[in-house]
Amino acid sequence: MAAIDPLHQFAIEKVVELPPVNVPGLGLLDLSITNSVVAMLIAAVAICLFFAVAAKGAVVPGRLQTAGESIYGLVDGLTSSMIGHEGKKYFPFVFTLFVFIMFMNLFGLLNFLGLAHMFTPTSQVAVTAALAIITIGLVIVVGFVKNGVGFFKLFVPSGVPIAILPFLVLIEFISFLVRPVTLTLRLFGNMLGGHVVLAIFGSFVAALGAFALTTGGAAYAALIPSVLSFVMVVALTALELIVGFLQAFVFAALACVYLNDVVNLGHGH
Amino acid sequence: MDVQAAKYIGAGLAMLGMIGAGIGLGILFGNYLNGALRNPSAAAGERPMLFLGMALTEALGIFALVIAFIILFV
Repeated sequence: MAAIDPLHQFAIEKVVELPPVNVPGLGLLDLSITNSVVAMLIAAVAICLFFAVAAKGAVVPGRLQTAGESIYGLVDGLTSSMIGHEGKKYFPFVFTLFVFIMFMNLFGLLNFLGLAHMFTPTSQVAVTAALAIITIGLVIVVGFVKNGVGFFKLFVPSGVPIAILPFLVLIEFISFLVRPVTLTLRLFGNMLGGHVVLAIFGSFVAALGAFALTTGGAAYAALIPSVLSFVMVVALTALELIVGFLQAFVFAALACVYLNDVVNLGHGH
Repeated sequence: MDVQAAKYIGAGLAMLGMIGAGIGLGILFGNYLNGALRNPSAAAGERPMLFLGMALTEALGIFALVIAFIILFV
């Protein structure tokens, strides 16, 4: 039976080799084009093409325009309901985040008849960490620009007895520090886990089917779990479609929640 | 026991922490739906708190995942 290696799909391979670039302050960096970069570029180009077609603004919207408008409406509802009337300012950021993550997640499920599969950039900690750092960095910048030193009020809950205030400040501070970590690992863990489970059930299909067909006789019974595994792969793929959308939505929603914390600081939200 | 084998067992045990996160998420979303179906007009306003609670609850499960990764790869 073939060896099962469900983590092989996450291997980074160089597509275009580039010489190391000397970045000031960071030293020599290998900035070669990898399959992860290619998948991200495909997602970015697909988003541009999608909205170039979808954002025509026809009075009677076609299918693509309806899809584009419903994505817009979803994110618009998210920013305005969570951040309030100032939410429009942060809409472009949240919208970009949501659409980019969703396209990367969903394109990662593509598979061309087993010949080649799309890489899932969001299954790399580096990618999700970059997205989380950008988000938290924006939160901190907006917090200081809007509130100045008052930004630190974020860590001081109001209406708390003075005796337990230091502990609460400590807890609030730690909970702020883990935000980028959890943003990173939630997306990464969901995508990695889903794809590993898909790969394991897929390898069951192939391994049990090959075992049944090559051994023959009573081993044909192994075709039953093989077919069941195939049904499972189909069901899991459907689940992964939902998860890919949902995780993008959760990332965008949490970005809104964190932005709301600093935009409406001290307004009794 | 082989160190590598012990690492795998430890990583598997660390993932037991996910049980708590699962129970917590069930309580969280169950109670949100409970409240939302009783008073649908107030549901939208409480959605930020729902996501905040979800983020905190899932964070605890993610800590278990981090421990598992640390055991496996560090």
